[in-house]
Amino acid sequence: MPEYRRKIGVVFQDFRLLSDKNVYENIAFSMEAAGRGDTEIESDVPHVLELVGLSKKIWNFPHELSGGEKQRVAIARAIVNQPDIIIADEPTGNLDPVNTYEIVQILKKINDLGTTVILTTHNKGVIDSLGRRVITMENGQVVRDDKEGRYII
Amino acid sequence: MLWTTTKRIIRSGFFNFSRNAFVSLSSVLVMVITLSVIGSLIFVSAILNASLSQIQNKVDINVYFVTTAQEVDVLAIQKTLQNLPEVAEVSYVSREASLEAFKKLHENDELILQSLDELDDNPLGAILNINAKDPSQYEGIATFLDNKQLLSADGTTIVSKVNYYQNKVAIDKLTKIINSAEKLGSVLTIILVILSVIITLNTIRLAIYVSREEIAIMRLVGASTFYIRGPFVVVGTIYGVVAGIFTLMIFYPVTYWLGGATSNFFVGINIFDYYTHNFGQIFLIIMASGIVIGAVSSYLAVRKYLSM
Repeated sequence: MPEYRRKIGVVFQDFRLLSDKNVYENIAFSMEAAGRGDTEIESDVPHVLELVGLSKKIWNFPHELSGGEKQRVAIARAIVNQPDIIIADEPTGNLDPVNTYEIVQILKKINDLGTTVILTTHNKGVIDSLGRRVITMENGQVVRDDKEGRYII
Repeated sequence: MLWTTTKRIIRSGFFNFSRNAFVSLSSVLVMVITLSVIGSLIFVSAILNASLSQIQNKVDINVYFVTTAQEVDVLAIQKTLQNLPEVAEVSYVSREASLEAFKKLHENDELILQSLDELDDNPLGAILNINAKDPSQYEGIATFLDNKQLLSADGTTIVSKVNYYQNKVAIDKLTKIINSAEKLGSVLTIILVILSVIITLNTIRLAIYVSREEIAIMRLVGASTFYIRGPFVVVGTIYGVVAGIFTLMIFYPVTYWLGGATSNFFVGINIFDYYTHNFGQIFLIIMASGIVIGAVSSYLAVRKYLSM
C-alpha cells in the first residue's frame, strides 16, 4: 500500500502539511519515506521549490506562510517523488482568486511536463480558463465527459 | 536502504523529542513517578526482607540439659542436630559459660549472687541453641528431639527441658505474620506497579493523540508503517532513559536523607548503603522498566492511528 501511495501525489483543500517541520523538511519527509538518498534529497527539494516559486521561504514553518504559499508547498511535496498521477482535491477551495490563478498555473505547468493531473473543483473560472477534459459527477455517477469542456450545472 | 531508514528514524526520534520539549517534559515527569514507585518497592521489599530475617534469626529452640550431663554426650547431640537438613546452626553453651552469663545478668542483684555462692555446685546445666533455616521448621525439630531418646551412655535421660512448647504459640504467630506480610507486600507491589504503568501508558497515548493528524499525513505521503512508527518508539525509549536517569538521581539524596532513619528505626538496614551497594542491579531494573514501558506504550499508541 505505501508503495502505491508514493506513485500518487495528493493535494488537499486544507494543505495537510506537517506543522512541526519547516518547508524543506516537509518535502524532504516524503522523499525520505520513499527511501531516497540524502544527496538526492538535497538537490531535488530546492529544485521543486523553484518550480512552484517558493525558494525564498525554504526554512519557514507552515504557520508562517499564507494559504497560497502553503498550497504551493503541498504541490511541491506531491510532485517531488515524480508520481504517475497527481490528485488535487479542491486545491483552490480555501484561496483567493489571485492565489487560485497561480496554483492552477502551477498545476498546468506540471501537466505540461507530462504528469496526469486530476483536479476537482467547484470553481467555474478555473474550469473555463483551462479548456481541458471535464468529467461532471452527480450523486456519485459520471453524468458528462467532454473533451474540451466548460463548467455546466 | 535499511541502514539509511534506521538512521533517519533514530534521528527524527531525537528531533521530535527536542522539538516537542513541553510534551516530552511532562511525559518524562509522569514516567519518573512510575519509576520511583517501582524503585521504592525495591527498597520497601529490602527493608521488609531484612526485618523478617532479623526476626527469624531471633527465634530459636533451647535444649536445657541436666547438670549431671556429660559434655561428651551434649556435644554428640549437637553433632546429630547439625546434620539435620532443617537446622541452620547449633551453638553450645557450657555449664560454666551459662553460669557466667547468669552472673552477668544479675550483677547488681546481691541476693541472687549470694545465694549462688551458698551452693557448692553450679546449679545450671548446659544449653544448646538451635536455629532453623525457616521458622516453620521448628515443629519438625521439636518432634525430632521428642522422639529421639536423648540418653547418656548409662541410660538416664540428660535433657531437662526443651522450651519449644512454651514458645510454640509465639513462634506460630510470628510465622503467620511473616507469611501474610510477604503476601500483602507482593500483592501491593503488583497493584501499584500496574496502576503507575497504566498512567504512563495513558500519558504517552495522549502525547501521540496530538500527532494523529501527522500520522495520517505521513500515511498519505507514502511512508511505511515501520517508518511512521519508528520515531515514536525512539521517543518513548528516550522518555524511559531520561526518566530513569532522573529517578536514579532523585534516589541518591532521598535515600541519603532516609538512611539514618531506617537504620535506627527498622532492624538495622541503612537504605542508603543498600542503594549504593546494589546500584548496578537497581540501575538495570529502573532503566529496563523505563525503556520497556516507553517503547511498548508508544508502539501500541501509534497502532490506533495507523489504519486509514
